[in-house]
Amino acid sequence: MKKICISVGVLLSLFRAGYGQSVAQPTYEKRKLKLEEINLVSSYYQQDGNNSAVTGGIGTEKLTDFAQSFDLVLKTTDQRNRQHTIAFDFNIDHYTSASSDNIDPLTVSSASRSDTHIYPSIAWNVHNDNNRTTKGLALSYSTEYDYKSYGINLNFAKASADNNREVSLKAGAFFDTWKAILPPELRPDGYGSGAHGDRDPIDYKPRNSYNLSLALSQVVNKRMQLLFTVEPSFQQGLLSTPFHRIYFQDGGETVEKLPGSRLKLPISFRLHYFMGDRVVVRTFYRYYIDDWGMQAHTANLEVPVKVTSFISVSPFYRFSHQTAVRYFAPYEQHKQTEKYYTSDYDISGFNSQFIGIGFRTAPPGGLFGIGHWQSVELRLGHYTRTTGMVANSVTLLAKIK
Amino acid sequence: MNKNLFRKTSGLMACLGLLSLTGCTTVKEYQKSRINDAEMELSARKSEKFEQNFYLYREGAAGANGGKSGGGCGCN
Repeated sequence: MKKICISVGVLLSLFRAGYGQSVAQPTYEKRKLKLEEINLVSSYYQQDGNNSAVTGGIGTEKLTDFAQSFDLVLKTTDQRNRQHTIAFDFNIDHYTSASSDNIDPLTVSSASRSDTHIYPSIAWNVHNDNNRTTKGLALSYSTEYDYKSYGINLNFAKASADNNREVSLKAGAFFDTWKAILPPELRPDGYGSGAHGDRDPIDYKPRNSYNLSLALSQVVNKRMQLLFTVEPSFQQGLLSTPFHRIYFQDGGETVEKLPGSRLKLPISFRLHYFMGDRVVVRTFYRYYIDDWGMQAHTANLEVPVKVTSFISVSPFYRFSHQTAVRYFAPYEQHKQTEKYYTSDYDISGFNSQFIGIGFRTAPPGGLFGIGHWQSVELRLGHYTRTTGMVANSVTLLAKIK
Repeated sequence: MNKNLFRKTSGLMACLGLLSLTGCTTVKEYQKSRINDAEMELSARKSEKFEQNFYLYREGAAGANGGKSGGGCGCN
């Protein structure tokens, strides 16, 4: 009898314990689409150099670019308790380029002397807490005077049970169309200039890009996390720029010619470490190789220091080394017998450095007493390339939440 | 493409990955105050957006940095 009493007691206590730990099914809580955050980014960039590809590897590379970006993130939860995130991103930049003005040096101002580049995108992601997955779709569009692009991206991510590891896969495709503007002295008879009002026909050429990205993020310990990314991409179509001139050793002239496909393989490693209470060390390294013969190493170090609980200062330094593609040669160095040729110094061999500093403030009550204005960030940078090109940039970011 | 170099680099990255994973400890959600800090986010900053665009246009190497990977010629 004593045993039965003990057994019943144990069973009852187990039942109670089981009852106590039973988890109620999450009740459906319908939530309206809620504005999560708005980011406004403004940037000014200017560069100068003396190796413009438009003039065959010599001549001014002077360029200024004023860019604006507006992104808006909305969130909601559906009947199955999945979180939906919708992000709109609208970007516009206006540039003036002295080298592009030299496409047609005889006119006062050629078609591409200045241009406005507009590229909006929309992304939709669904996160499911139950199986720790995120699925998403993004569409993008880009337009400028002589170029149009349509893009689609799909992504999938799965986190581990303890949320310390995540594997993500992305696949994307861009379908672009070039308006093939040629230098005037190299236009066949009857070929248009591409300028407004010119009714002569001009060729349109495709350029398609396909990307695949596999990433693994891992929390190493309470202060450190890292991310590996492999992102192969394949491009095909017109990969040369139709108004880039080539001057041969014998004095002949033509336009840049490059293979119709390019396979790129970048592999990167990002490691972030929180040192003490105030310093974060952000490191990034990328190795890159492609089938045009280019190899590159890029390293980035940024050390945000929290001066106070809401002000941080972030000095940064980036170094990059790349070898030239096998089709590159400077002004008047190419031979007519070569199959492909370019004098574009962007794909030549060089080292580049980018050094600068960022300031960020995020006061608890919002900026200037505006509660929703969460933070403001300013970044200043100076870029140099061993080809002689120099650039400066300044970026201002305002986050509203 | 230099296949040997590619193999060596892939091998090195895989080894680094495995080494870092074997050294991991389980971190509970309540222990992630530093991991969840805005500065620790495992991506480029939003304010780097246009910098990444000019790297894409002014350098031959691209990708695997969370930046733009296509769309727009960057030919100026």
